[in-house]
Amino acid sequence: MIKNINDKLYHAELDLSVSIAGVTLKNPVTTASGTFSARESGAFYDISELGAVITKGVSDVPWDGNPTPRIAETYGGMLNSVGLQNPGVEDFIKHELPLLKSYNTKVIVNVVGKTINDYCKTVEKLDDEAIDIMEINISCPNIKEGGISFGADPKMAAEITREIKRLVKKPIIMKLTPNVTDITEIAKAAEYEGADGVSLINTLLGMKIDVHRKKPVLWNKTGGLSGPSIKPVAIRMVYQVRRAVNIPIIGLGGIMTGEDAAEFLMAGADAVSVGTAALVDPTAPVRIKNELIAFMQQNEYKNLQQIRDALA
Amino acid sequence: MFKKIIEAEIIENKKIAEGIYRMAVKAPETAADARAGQFVNIYLRNKIMLLPRPISISRVYDDVITLIYKIAGKGTGELSAYLPGEPVRISTSLGNGFQLEDVFKETDSNHNLNKVKIIALVGGGMGVAPLVGLAQKIMNEKEKRSFKDDDLQVIAIVGFQDEPILMKEFETCCNHVYIATESGSTGLKGNVLQLIERKGLKPDYCFACGPRPMLKALANRCENANIPLQVSLEERMGCGYGACVGCVCRIKAKEEGVKSIRKKVCTDGPVFFGNEVVWDD
Ligand SMILES: Cc1cc2nc3c(=O)[nH]c(=O)nc-3n(C[C@H](O)[C@H](O)[C@H](O)COP(=O)(O)OP(=O)(O)OC[C@H]3O[C@@H](n4cnc5c(N)ncnc54)[C@H](O)[C@@H]3O)c2cc1C
Ligand SMILES: Cc1cc2nc3c(=O)[nH]c(=O)nc-3n(C[C@H](O)[C@H](O)[C@H](O)COP(=O)(O)O)c2cc1C
Ligand code: FES
Repeated sequence: MIKNINDKLYHAELDLSVSIAGVTLKNPVTTASGTFSARESGAFYDISELGAVITKGVSDVPWDGNPTPRIAETYGGMLNSVGLQNPGVEDFIKHELPLLKSYNTKVIVNVVGKTINDYCKTVEKLDDEAIDIMEINISCPNIKEGGISFGADPKMAAEITREIKRLVKKPIIMKLTPNVTDITEIAKAAEYEGADGVSLINTLLGMKIDVHRKKPVLWNKTGGLSGPSIKPVAIRMVYQVRRAVNIPIIGLGGIMTGEDAAEFLMAGADAVSVGTAALVDPTAPVRIKNELIAFMQQNEYKNLQQIRDALA
Repeated sequence: MFKKIIEAEIIENKKIAEGIYRMAVKAPETAADARAGQFVNIYLRNKIMLLPRPISISRVYDDVITLIYKIAGKGTGELSAYLPGEPVRISTSLGNGFQLEDVFKETDSNHNLNKVKIIALVGGGMGVAPLVGLAQKIMNEKEKRSFKDDDLQVIAIVGFQDEPILMKEFETCCNHVYIATESGSTGLKGNVLQLIERKGLKPDYCFACGPRPMLKALANRCENANIPLQVSLEERMGCGYGACVGCVCRIKAKEEGVKSIRKKVCTDGPVFFGNEVVWDD
């Protein structure tokens, strides 16, 4: 377990808190969806150290995901084709949520679906639960539109935001896919329809071939690329979206260190998520938080806004 | 106790066969609660290789664990160059391990085993590594319960491509060691299933680790003969500790209305009962 580097001492001079969609996180470090589980991650560190946890994607009914292999290592990154396997929203509410609520941290639930109706059913069930925010993963393929992702088209992104916003009282954050020509168009559409924030980026679509066995490494052939190799793409997108919308941004994609987290804040993010780094080092979210604190001290930042304003 | 990543000290890293090494590392926190059939994640020095490499814990002596690994690519290649005295980053023990309790649960009023007189450890290739530790555990258990060989026998049934490994270790902990090689260089020419057939071996309980086709054939055989079987599965992993859901296998469901569900090899396994695995997934 990583010990909090004396929270009290720092609290006197450092303010790590940030408000996202009306919810105050005590620090900006969260877990990226699909790379965190309360029981398994909680075996390595105290989850209460984090500003918020973002859960694995949950759907209205259980999803089986893809056959294996689902994971491939790439140069400075990894591909996954888990296929959003999850036991469904009811199982989540019964088994995972009570455990998450036992920690002193905010709970952000990631929601996935195959149709707008799927998403609606899930968010309605979650709206009555003791969660703080919903993060809507719109990178999923829309099966009614031939499998093109909801987040790939501003019209679809607008429609899904509007439908969900009509149903729920809880704040919603739209999680954007980077597999688009202009991500600012999607972010603007989400903001226009009332999204309380955006998070970016999801994984980049990729592929790896085993040249000796002459076949794709993943059963699914293609998968989502994540890890340090995607960070420059993510930074560029956060920077662009910050200049296109006013709602809060959760920035992620390849954050491995506290300086990486600071880079996202400087690009315009309000909070950050740690994904692949937590697979590579189970205690990464807490380590990164502590490194961010050290970075702020060394560079005499008193709060996150000062980092966000620092870019020349 | 929190799980951890620790810097362990390498005591030995020695070639024991062509392309196969034994590494002994001093890792008190890993050794403390290690069970046979569990594994550790090894975090490589070359950071380009992001993901940990899962390797089975072979044996545990006090605060030292041994790992038997084959050079299969860049990561295990890097490992083979590590020197004694150097540090290696490993996790504390992961996965469920073999459930030896299941063998000993049915005892009569005199604490003797009712049904199990012969335990077979069936291994193929690198799959023999965790079985050595299990053999040692069973031997200790026999001593603790003052069991004689009439009460309980342990046999190893192991198969290799060509060169057998860990034979001395099996011989010291098992009543008999049966060997098959594909090349025919040692023991029977063929595989472990042919070996079981040819020798007419009739174990009452089996533990197995090895290539999936071997495990599947063995599971079939054990199911027909009504012999309990525990298998250790291998799957491509991401995190190795249950966070990414990358490493799944299909397991028959206990709940009504669901046929089967995908479970995580790294935390729900790697050991499952042979008859609960859906082999054709
Ligand atoms: C629970 C478990 C226990 C294992 N125990 C042992 C052991 O005791 N001894 C031993 O020699 N090997 C063992 N393996 C296999 C070992 O993990 C792989 O051979 C090793 O990861 C290969 O890494 P590499 O970088 O050398 O090869 P590369 O092929 O370069 O690896 C590339 C990627 O593929 C993964 N990978 C490659 N082969 C496998 C495989 N067969 N299984 C899982 N992931 C793989 C690697 O982890 C890495 O992410 C075990 C695997 C699992 C899942
Ligand atoms: C194994 C794995 C599973 C993921 N599952 C989800 C998911 O369920 N929902 C989601 O919105 N994003 C999911 N993602 C994407 C991550 O949340 C994140 O956007 C992406 O990996 C980039 O961040 P990183 O480089 O820090 O990992 C997953 C990523 C990985 C590696
Ligand atoms: S390897 Fe990540 S869940 Fe098993």
